[in-house]
Amino acid sequence: MEIKEGYFYTKEHEWVKIEGDTAKIGITDYAQHKLGDITFVEPPENGKEISAGSAVTGVESVKAASDIYSPISGKVSGFNEALENEPGLINESPYDSGWILEVKIKDESEKEKLLTAEAYREYTEGLE
Amino acid sequence: MDIRKTLLFEEHTALNALMAPFAGWNMPIHYGSIIEETKHTRTAVSVFDICHMGEIIIKESPEKSSFGRAVTVPVGEMKIGSCRYGFLLNEEGGILDDLLIYRKTEDEWMAVVNAGTADQDFEIIKKRAAGAEVSDISGDTAKFDIQGPGARDVMKKIAGPDIEKLGFYKFGIFDIDGEKHIISRTGYTGELGYEIYIPNGKAAALWREILKSEAVKPAGLGARDILRLEAGLPLYGNELTPEITPFEAGFERFINFERDFFGRDALVKKREEKGGKKLFGFEVDSRRTPRHGNKITVNGEEKGIVTSGAFSPHLNKGIGFGYFEKFEDGEKAEFDIDTGRGMIKAKIVKTPFLNETSLKK
Repeated sequence: MEIKEGYFYTKEHEWVKIEGDTAKIGITDYAQHKLGDITFVEPPENGKEISAGSAVTGVESVKAASDIYSPISGKVSGFNEALENEPGLINESPYDSGWILEVKIKDESEKEKLLTAEAYREYTEGLE
Repeated sequence: MDIRKTLLFEEHTALNALMAPFAGWNMPIHYGSIIEETKHTRTAVSVFDICHMGEIIIKESPEKSSFGRAVTVPVGEMKIGSCRYGFLLNEEGGILDDLLIYRKTEDEWMAVVNAGTADQDFEIIKKRAAGAEVSDISGDTAKFDIQGPGARDVMKKIAGPDIEKLGFYKFGIFDIDGEKHIISRTGYTGELGYEIYIPNGKAAALWREILKSEAVKPAGLGARDILRLEAGLPLYGNELTPEITPFEAGFERFINFERDFFGRDALVKKREEKGGKKLFGFEVDSRRTPRHGNKITVNGEEKGIVTSGAFSPHLNKGIGFGYFEKFEDGEKAEFDIDTGRGMIKAKIVKTPFLNETSLKK
């Protein structure tokens, strides 16, 4: 299972890549394995204010529908439109072309509460 | 109840299968990707481990016909070497199981039944077919399905060139590795396909032999469920239950009411009553997946329930089956599905959802 260095993680298996004042968000390799083939990604409402830990959008897989929780507070500023026709990108490339949404960060100090790659690795190893 | 393990458990584990319980059995759900396995079956060939299903042998002279009264299939009229689909009904006309019957000789039949209902079916058939000798061979019988447009070429290598002559819904006894086994041209995917019945001891070797063919990949129950749904085939426990009659499920054309069978009188009575619920196939207007148990609503009013739903990788949209109740004519063409996480728009379509398949090629 791949975990990318330099990204931040949540216990709900989302990842965050911070680029300036923007957070790019997706789900981890562990999550896409557990969900199976992703068949649909709901586009989040652009400009919507969200708080860390709240459901911002949802994905559907061959097995189930699941919420995606925002790891960070802010305003939705982008969606990976390639997922509309190719949601399987999340399975193929969860950390790169399978990113889901972007959020304009409200409070950068929130990243202190997220897991580092190392901490996330330890966490998932404990789940097996 | 203890969970039963398919005798190919080690084979599946070696292929990195995700195993999960289904109808009391630990079965392979997929070997990596349900969607890829679904597509592979429609473009090449897949092999499915279906060892969990039950097989019951019925021996009776055709004049006695107590077995013929136990099920909806006129077993005495069947040609030797042919298969017929039908039902085991309760006294109210509800579906206890759907089954496939093989006529082996003048006085011998094999009934292939669902895993979850196999033990109960055996007891019921034994009781109803009092004049027959009934035996459950499920415990000694392994079953594989070889399905897909390339299935005939694979089967020729396994069972010899005569397999080419086998017609749709026919079966024969073929030589595999010096022993004789039943192979039928049947399946549950809507593609050209075969089902092989062999003794347990031969299963692992044959499974490996089939997988040696380059075109063949293993497929799990996840792909099987999408394939059967795309092919418009019902699943016992979802579309078919003891509370549902063959009328409601849309199978009246499979039943001859001129003959006597368990559940007939109740069915004839229900046929005369108008209304009632009815099974329909539907598609949704997006990639969203309707799921078993979702509510069907029209103008906010509950009108029915989804019994099966899946994302169809061949239609690139959600499809499903559902029962409608209390609808007016014309009201049901378009409706909403409440997924519990938002509404999906859907409309009734004809089944099978897919038509251009290799099924009868």
